[in-house]
Amino acid sequence: MRMGANFENEDRGLGVDAELGEALKNFRSNVHAWGEAEYGRARQVKTVHELSWRVAAGWALGCVLAAGSVTGALYERHHQRELQKIAAAERAARQQKLEAEQRASKEDEDLLAKVDSDVSREVPSAMEPLAQLMSENEAQ
Amino acid sequence: MGNPRRIVNPHGTGASTQVMAAGIALKPMTRGAVEVSTGQRTEAADQEFSAVVEAHRLQIFRFLLASTRDIDLAETLTQECFLKAHRNWSSFRGDSSAMTWLMRIAINLEKDHWRNRRMQFWRHTRTNSVDLDEASEWLPSGERSAEQQMLAREQVGHVWKAVEGLSGRQRTVFLLRYVEDQELSEIAQATGLSEGTVKAHLSRALGKVRAHLRGKP
Repeated sequence: MRMGANFENEDRGLGVDAELGEALKNFRSNVHAWGEAEYGRARQVKTVHELSWRVAAGWALGCVLAAGSVTGALYERHHQRELQKIAAAERAARQQKLEAEQRASKEDEDLLAKVDSDVSREVPSAMEPLAQLMSENEAQ
Repeated sequence: MGNPRRIVNPHGTGASTQVMAAGIALKPMTRGAVEVSTGQRTEAADQEFSAVVEAHRLQIFRFLLASTRDIDLAETLTQECFLKAHRNWSSFRGDSSAMTWLMRIAINLEKDHWRNRRMQFWRHTRTNSVDLDEASEWLPSGERSAEQQMLAREQVGHVWKAVEGLSGRQRTVFLLRYVEDQELSEIAQATGLSEGTVKAHLSRALGKVRAHLRGKP
């Protein structure tokens, strides 16, 4: 302890009374005892090797995560494109089938209409006077 | 070749050019005296610095421990302090004692630490501060009775609580005075404040400690 006359004079000037002085002395002993105990205590030191290993592991994990994310994104994109292609092909097939069906039904309707008109126009010669009568009646 | 460098032992006569620490005794050393060759000079400076480390490491650690109540942080800052001191050892002119110079570095490092921590709050929010009750446990038993021990522990607890409530400057000044037993002039040199300002900070700090001891914080 290095509390000379000057120190004590200064303390008196600061208004340190007996009670406060005792508390300050105890506080000083406390900090000194604690400091010495902790100073002498062996502590676990993080070695550079350990630190570099951790940094390397961190980087490796980061790279794996980044690569995984990129691969996942690419796979997802590819998969979506495949699905789009399949959907487009299906749509085109449906469209073709529809068009073919429409074409076929139109051809059938045309044929039936032709047959109808052919049948209605070609009256046997023996029936010609009767047909004329029918058309006159319709006109009247 | 410049001013001779003197290492002042703060616990000794105050102007000694010899440092006795951990069994190491150095001869009086000035820059002229060690100027035989560059190799020898470097070796001598290293030896001189080693002696300073041996002599003051505990004090610096203790001050930082009391200031932060964080054992790991105190250890780290102590190491940084001596690393910085070693780098700048050649520029240390010996105007003040080595202890005052080291203490100034320690105070600045602590200040920088808290400033950086405030700025980078997202990086490291964990604190390892020792609990006040736990810190108060450390008391040499000496020749006291159990009751006296208990009273002393209680008093220490009150002082710790008061110290926790002090501003950074008040705490620094208070710890330098009542833990490191420094005189006002030495505190003024270490903190870069005037003696009057140091006295004012100390007075306020003591007022708070007194209030805590009387149970009126």
